[in-house]
Amino acid sequence: MNAAPILAASGLGKRFGGFVALADIELTVAPGERLGLIGPNGSGKSTLVNCLCGTLRNETGTVTFAGQRIDGLAAHRRTRLGLARSFQLPKPFHTLNLIDNLRVPLLYTVNARADHRLAASDVEARCHELLRQVSLGDKARRLPSDLTQVEMRKLELARAVATRPRLLFADEAMAGLSPSEIKEILAVLFRLNEAGITIVLIEHIMSAVMSFSTRLAVLVAGQKIADGPPPEVVRNPEVERAYLGQ
Amino acid sequence: MRNATFWALAVVVGLAVLLGTRLFFSNEYFYFAAYVVLQYIVLSTAWNILGGYTGYINFGTGAFFAIGAYSTVVLHKLPDLLHDTWNLTMPGVPMPLMILAGGVIAGIVGLGTGYLSLRLRGVFFAIATLALAIVMQTLIVNWDYVGGSRGIYIIRPAQSPLVGSYIEYLYSLMLMLAVVSVGIARTIERSRLGLGFAAIRDDEQAAEAGGVPTLRLKLIATTLSGALMGMAGAPLPYYVTYLDPGSAFNLAYAVNAVAMPVIGGMTSWIGPVIGAILLGTIQQLATVTISSALNLLIVGLLLILFVIIAPNGIVGLVRAQRRRRAIRLAELAERPAQ
Amino acid sequence: MVSFDLLVNAIVAGVLLGGFYAAVSVGITISFGMLDIANIAQPAFILLGSYAAYIFNSSFQIDPILVGIVMTPIFFAIGMAVYRLYYYAFEMRGEQAIQGLAFFFGLLFVAEVSLILVFGVDYRFVEAPYIGPSLRFGIFDLPLRMLIPCVVSLGMIGVLQLYLSRSFIGRAILAVSQDSGALQLMAANPTRIKEIAFGISIATCALAGTFLIIIQPVEPSIGRDYIGRIFAICVLGGMTSFPGMVGAAMLVGVAESITATFYGPSWAPAVAFGFLLVVLAVRPAGLAGR
Repeated sequence: MNAAPILAASGLGKRFGGFVALADIELTVAPGERLGLIGPNGSGKSTLVNCLCGTLRNETGTVTFAGQRIDGLAAHRRTRLGLARSFQLPKPFHTLNLIDNLRVPLLYTVNARADHRLAASDVEARCHELLRQVSLGDKARRLPSDLTQVEMRKLELARAVATRPRLLFADEAMAGLSPSEIKEILAVLFRLNEAGITIVLIEHIMSAVMSFSTRLAVLVAGQKIADGPPPEVVRNPEVERAYLGQ
Repeated sequence: MRNATFWALAVVVGLAVLLGTRLFFSNEYFYFAAYVVLQYIVLSTAWNILGGYTGYINFGTGAFFAIGAYSTVVLHKLPDLLHDTWNLTMPGVPMPLMILAGGVIAGIVGLGTGYLSLRLRGVFFAIATLALAIVMQTLIVNWDYVGGSRGIYIIRPAQSPLVGSYIEYLYSLMLMLAVVSVGIARTIERSRLGLGFAAIRDDEQAAEAGGVPTLRLKLIATTLSGALMGMAGAPLPYYVTYLDPGSAFNLAYAVNAVAMPVIGGMTSWIGPVIGAILLGTIQQLATVTISSALNLLIVGLLLILFVIIAPNGIVGLVRAQRRRRAIRLAELAERPAQ
Repeated sequence: MVSFDLLVNAIVAGVLLGGFYAAVSVGITISFGMLDIANIAQPAFILLGSYAAYIFNSSFQIDPILVGIVMTPIFFAIGMAVYRLYYYAFEMRGEQAIQGLAFFFGLLFVAEVSLILVFGVDYRFVEAPYIGPSLRFGIFDLPLRMLIPCVVSLGMIGVLQLYLSRSFIGRAILAVSQDSGALQLMAANPTRIKEIAFGISIATCALAGTFLIIIQPVEPSIGRDYIGRIFAICVLGGMTSFPGMVGAAMLVGVAESITATFYGPSWAPAVAFGFLLVVLAVRPAGLAGR
């Protein structure tokens, strides 16, 4: 380990009634890296993301972000600390236009921090800039219902970026998209990573995961079964077994 | 329109209405009827802050309204109580102070109810408000000091602090309260708080992930909404002079507080106002002509109708019409000249 | 010193009351617990059942429970129709829950006011040979007007439980409460299943309403007292479990009965609601938002 991990989960566990969704998960994310998180349906990937981001509370284990314990914090607090996520099924604010969709996270994270607070006049400009970064600049005044699938995914990412995160969970941002659309989203993610944002990519599309990730972790039935450089992980017999047919 | 301008305009309109009615209407009945309509403006605006802006529906408007009314009763009896028990004399509590007190107590109850139920899904909050209404009613019915189930008689002060009758004074206060509540609603709409409310309404999970402290904002909305409803209820005892739980907790308040914003339109401050004036006036006329039960039935049916057919209310219909016209005009402009 | 006699009979009355409360709550356990439809108009349908029993009993001297049984299929059809409307107006459009709630609130309100217009605010009651006499075993006093509804109610719930666990449609209903997607794999139409389930939930109101008017005289506004009760019982009972719901109903019944006996009946409505607020505050699993 060169530097301290930006995110570390230790002994993380989550049950739903009698069903064990996550068992004793150990996961670290180094700053600036591109971590791919894969696993069959129902393996607990989304549950893991939800526990790390605060949407769900883990029962056992700890989560540390930038050296600070966060497993007791509400989701909005974790976002303010720099942990952002996009949702698997885009969840835009459907009565607000795109500018306002970005204004919400901007006002409630960036402007809630003591540093880099934006003046009122700059907020609107920043929203436009964020939209331009995902090529949605000309649809600023439209409603989310006017957007295509891939545009909605880009809006999701833009909303997460608006919070000035240090770490971003991209939760199945490419599901159901065409190959060229996948390339678009990947380009956005690469750009964000170059700008310094650590990215955890949760995905089923293996080509995207392999081309993007510097490290790969595999989740099966609530347990992490592999964690390492992508070429090695992919050759791991357990991983092959779990992914038969994928 | 900037917010300060709106407030100034609202105050001016309020004063104009006040002066206008004083000059042109000398019929006491007008003040009675207008008081009710203004009261509904406050109630539906208050309801809409939590319901329309934040997306959490409150079925217990009657509870908060009655809290305001009964806190006035308690304060009204306070001088006698102090005199009889400890031989202290104190002047009667002035009405504006009673309004404030009603608001504070109702606000606290709103905060408590919210704290118990807002961490759960919205439907549980709605059920909790229903439960609250029944619990409050049961408490009042069993509290003899404020009259219990038999009710209590409140004597209106002989002198009104302003020129004119006491009813005109209550009407003026309610008018000011209406102006204030509408002003608050519009201010919220255009503020960061209002944006946070809208985000919670549209997608609470996404709002929370976006850094919005959803629980805190919901508690603010509940407290503010409850407080305004309590303030609307505070003058009631002096208005009706006989207060009993049946009339204070009358279902008419609960259903009107829901129907008026739904029918008027929940997304803007003007919706509740339109709904209140429209439905309030119709009901005032209908109560005289047809039975009050039938008139409530019509309100209930209108609520169901609008919820199914025009969920965005009258304001929504107008906006949809405008949008359709704008799109049609844009299409015409794009068509090549023929 | 609390009278032992009084306490024992309060508990017994509470258990019998609980049996009746179970009948009242089983409908909401299906519609809210299993289908996630917050039908706050449920008490309105129960009152409809009560007034139906009243009409046929006072005009034709028919036994009220018989009326309830006959009305059950009619209420089933009404329930399916209401679900149809609810589905087309709200579920299909993906509307926010707030509109669905407002819809049911409107229904509840319209029903209450309509009953006032048709029947007035006077208390109505039914007459039957078992209303009045009681069975006595030593210190135990079992009024028949409470015993019979309790027994029939538990019988009805038992039948429903069997239906849900044995029949195809019943198990489909249990399945749809877990996961609509899985149901589509079974080549069953989830909407149709939900329609039937909702129909059943309203069908129970026919008999539940009959029990209500046997136990006490009714007037239109008492429906509101029942909203908190049935939701409290449903939630306390674990939302989807019938045995849990029956247990919760007994608990609420006993608590109310003891309160009424020792503190006066005017406090009884607050008991269930107090339960509800406490339950909501303590938040058992399955209630948490998000």
